This record gives sequence, structure tokens and C-alpha cells, in this order.
Amino acid sequence: MSFLEMLYFIIPSAILYATPLIFTAIGGVFSERSGVVNIGLEGLMIVGAFVGIFVNLEFASSLGGATVWVAMLAAVVIGAVFSLFHAVASISFRADQTVSGVAINLLGLAATVFLVKMIYDKGQTDMIDQPIRRFGIRYLEDIPFFGRLLFHDVYSTSILAFVVAIGAWFIIYKTPFGLRLRAVGEHPMAADTMGINVNKMRYIAVMISGALGGLGGAVYAQTITHDFSHATIAGQGFMAIAAMIFGKWHPMGALGAALFFGLAQTLSIAGNQIPFIENVPAVYLQILPYVLTILALAGFIGKANAPKASGQPYIKGKR
Amino acid sequence: MSNRVINLLVPIISIIIGLIVGAIVMVVSGYDPVEGYIALWTGIFGDSYSIGNTIRQITPYILAGLAVAFAFRTGLFNIGVEGQLILGWLAAAWVGYAFELPKVIHLPLALLAAAAAGAFWAFIAGFLKAKFKVHEVIATIMLNYTALYIANAAIKKLSDGSFKTERIHESASLRSPFLRELTDNSSLHYGIIVALLMVVVMWFILEKTTRGYELKAVGFNKNAADYAGMSVNKNIILAMTISGMFAGLGGAMEALGTFQNASIKPGFTGIGFDGIAVALLGANTPLGVVFGASLFGSLKYGALNMPNAAGIPEEIVSIIIALIIFFVASGYIIRVGLQKLSKKKEGQ
Repeated sequence: MSFLEMLYFIIPSAILYATPLIFTAIGGVFSERSGVVNIGLEGLMIVGAFVGIFVNLEFASSLGGATVWVAMLAAVVIGAVFSLFHAVASISFRADQTVSGVAINLLGLAATVFLVKMIYDKGQTDMIDQPIRRFGIRYLEDIPFFGRLLFHDVYSTSILAFVVAIGAWFIIYKTPFGLRLRAVGEHPMAADTMGINVNKMRYIAVMISGALGGLGGAVYAQTITHDFSHATIAGQGFMAIAAMIFGKWHPMGALGAALFFGLAQTLSIAGNQIPFIENVPAVYLQILPYVLTILALAGFIGKANAPKASGQPYIKGKR
Repeated sequence: MSNRVINLLVPIISIIIGLIVGAIVMVVSGYDPVEGYIALWTGIFGDSYSIGNTIRQITPYILAGLAVAFAFRTGLFNIGVEGQLILGWLAAAWVGYAFELPKVIHLPLALLAAAAAGAFWAFIAGFLKAKFKVHEVIATIMLNYTALYIANAAIKKLSDGSFKTERIHESASLRSPFLRELTDNSSLHYGIIVALLMVVVMWFILEKTTRGYELKAVGFNKNAADYAGMSVNKNIILAMTISGMFAGLGGAMEALGTFQNASIKPGFTGIGFDGIAVALLGANTPLGVVFGASLFGSLKYGALNMPNAAGIPEEIVSIIIALIIFFVASGYIIRVGLQKLSKKKEGQ
């Protein structure tokens, strides 16, 4: 395999693996910017993956080509609804947000596997007939080098992920809503004094994280695994959290970090087909994203601070 | 109602609500909850065989719960019990089969290796927190995955490409013919004694030693502890390390007692994460952890009987467990409810 062929193999695959992480990590950005830690992203992705596969299997025959989009929409809605558990517990009931997030992860996995067994009477679903397919973008794919690299094997969901990332950046930094969101996460009391409804903002933010986490899960299941079982989402949610932190709680940073983790995942999954890397024991590639996150947090890649009020319930009148 | 009573009522009410919601889920899904809970009950207490296996299941939960509770008491959140447990499991199994020693040395050595492995893995997180202000929640999550992959790679290497290590020697085993016979050939082993011993150890450290007092002080108020001349950083590292030691021993229970080897894991065992719930239910006290672990171990083992006896997927119990965690974590709302209730009664 020549170097060029290697790039043509690795880069599209890295973008494929990065796409679900981009959605989910940006969901995490919204939640944490509002001051709610969301360790539950993994559980939200699991729910999204299940809903995506379920809708795809049940409606593929009647919806045809629109199936994948309906499935993703359903995952967005159910993800947002499911995240209400976390919102109610951590915002209204003042639960420890980390514990509530852990519960979301456990509940997401248990509930979906329970449903799979109930509906299909076995531990995993069938494979879907209508996965999200890749395509080449006409004219753009004819550009020398970059065409083959970026526009030959693209998934519409990857394009959507970039759009969402840019959209999230615009919303968080350029709109009044984003200003309020950040205010609530940095200094909820000051925001409250200015007439912002802190709890309402946080509810909205957590639901956005649920919607995007659900979308991330549905995209992962429909592009990569094509079915659903207890092991479909195995750590991608936590990787998304890592991407969010790596990206310094910024949508574009999260996008970049997710792309990097996508590359790391590609190397760990397809490493044995790639020259030079095939001799590196797989375990080093597998632990790479996690070790890098720890190193990044330890300050080797520059200091970044979480939103100040992250993790604390806002109690009116308490100083 | 006094605070003490409320503190006791919150977990009990959470468990009851969890079981009720579980029953509702079963009804909605078209299953019979009465049949389901009877299957769960007989799965736990049906005969001496079930009871033996239930106690075996409780054993690692006690240690995982102690690990989380110990960290909590010192102001830290150790989500890394899972990874520490996996490495403890591997270390115990390796010492168990690689050495040939008399039992009095071999078994303690294997336990010690597990404790050391868990302690080391937790030490990393403690060190990063103390020196670089890396939040221990994120660090331990990342360390969990690192531990899982490293352990799997090590097992593959140690076993020349197989999926599990050699069986440990009898001299390192916690298995006991006496306990087996007593419980109709269940896999109950001496680990429960080790676990209960560790309950006493945690109590002793926290309540009877100066160091324990310091650790708790740092947990209560870092600044005050610092002002009183205690080294906050040193205590953070120490607390995390002790917490990891308990977690590592939890892994040893699986290696030396239940499975007699270490095998490649497709995913996490879940024991470490359930340890969070165990600690929460037990209000982070050593004795409370025993109760929390008993509940979780029983539910987990009893659930295995549900598909056969009642045709209900065993995941229903995981749903109930997750709900119990929710309600315990949301204790604030239960407190408010209880206080309103008691005020109403006083008014009458």
C-alpha cells in the first residue's frame, strides 16, 4: 500500500468514526456550558442507537430511502425525552450530577437490552437492510488529492455533523441564547439576577445534549454496527466526553478532538492493515485516546477550565 | 422526624419506589410482576445452593462498595473502581498460577498483589489530582478503559493467545470444600471473610487512627484541613490509593474465589459501577456498605432466575437498580416529602 492509498483508506474511515462522537460531544458542550455535568452521554447514545435500529427494522419496508432519516429523528426525540431523567434529577431534585449520569448510563443499557429481549426474544437485533450509505459528491470528488480524500466516500451524516458543529458555535457564541447559556454555567446567581431563568436554561441544555447524544448513537448504529446489542455502544459516549474536554468545552474544539479520536479508533480497528502501524501492538492504539485525554487534562496541551458552575445545582437565594 | 431517621428512611424509600416502578414496568411490558418477584426471591433464597451463590455474589460488591465509600468519605469520587478491580483480578490470577508456594504464603501474596495492583491504578488518579488538578472523575473513567485493554492484552500474552490464563494453584485458592458442602455445592468461598475483614479495616482506619481523621477532615473542608496544617495533596493521594486497594481486592475475590483464572473481557464487569450505588445506599459507612452490597448482590444473582422461572428478561433488575440509584441520589426531594409529611402530622 502506498502512502497515498493509505491516506485514502484512513481519512474517510477516521471521519466515519468521528461523526457520532462529534454529535455527542457537542451535546455535552451544551449541557456543561449550562452547568450540568453529563456523564450520561454513553447511556443517551445507547438509547439513540436502539431507537435508530428499531425504527429502521420496523419501518424500512414502508419508508424506503427515508428510513434512516426517520430513524435518526426518532432517536433525537427519544434521546431528548430520556435525558429528562437526568435533568429532573440533577436540576430539580438537586441530585449529585455525576451519580445521576451514572444512573442514566445503567438505565439506558438495561432498558434497551430489556426491550430488545422483549420485542425480538433474543439478545441482539437483526441487521438492518437500509444502513446510511456513502456516496461521492459530483465534481468535488474530481479535485486532485482532496477530492478522493474528502469527497469520494462521504456519508450525509458526516456533512450534517460539520453543519451541527458550526451551528453550535454560532448559537453558543453569537446569539442571546448562547450568552444566557454560558452565563448560567459560569455564574448562575448573576444570571438569575439579570432575569434569566436558570433552571429553564439548564433543562433546555440537557435536552439538547440528549437529542444530540441520541443522534450520535443512531448514526453510530446505522453506519458502523448495523444492529443493536448490549455491546453496540461500548465507550463511545465516554470518548465523546473526552473529546468535549479535549476540545476545551468549545464546539469547534470538540469537532477537532472528535476527528482526532476518530483517527485513533480507525488505527486501533484497522491498524493491522496499515503498513508501519501493523507492527505496533494493538493495545497501544486502543488506549491511545484515553491516555491522551489524561495527558491533555494534566496540562501538557494547554490549560482549559470547565465552566465554573459545572456540577453544582443552583439553589435560589443560597450564596 | 429526626435527621437520623430521615437518613435511614431515604434509602429504604428509594428501594421501595424502585421495586414499585419495576413492577409497573413489568405490567406495562405484559409480564406478571408477582411471578417476577417470586422468581427473584426464590433465585436468592430458594435453597441453600442459591443462598451460597448469593453470598458469593455479594463478596466483590462489598469490596467495590468500600472502595467507593472510602473515597467519598475523603471528598473524592472514584469511578475507577472498575478498572482497579480488573487489574487486581489479573494480578491475583497471575500470582496464583505463576508461583508455587505453601498456602500460608501463596494466598496472602496473591491477595496482596491484587491490592497493590488496584492501589497503584488508583494512585495514578490521586497523583494527577494532587499534582495537576486533573478531576478524578474524568481521570478514573479514562483509566478504566486503559485498564480493560491492558488487562486483555496481558491475558492474551500470558496465555499465548488464549482467552484466559491458566488455572490458579490450589495453594492460592479461596475455595473451601467446607463452605461448598454446607451450601449444596454452590461456589461460595472464603472471600466473604476477607471482605468482612476489610469492612473492619475501613472502620478502623477512618474512626480509630489519626490518619483517618485527617483524611475525613480533608473530605469535609479542604481549606480548613490545610489551615490546620494537614497536607491536602498527600491525603488525596493516600485516600485514593487505599480506595484502590479495596477495589483490587474485589478483583481478587473473582480471581481466587469464583473463577480461578482471569479471562479476556469484552466489556466492563459492572461491579465497580454498582459499587457506586452500594456506597450511596450504605451512606458511605462500612456497615452500610455491607447492607448495600447484600441488596445488590442478591438482586443481581436472583435476577438470573427470572428468565427461566417467569420468562422475564433479567435486565429488569438492572433497570430497578438504576432507578434506586436515581432515587437515592435525588434524596433531597424525598427529604422534603418526609419533612412535609411529619409537619402535617404534628399539626393534627
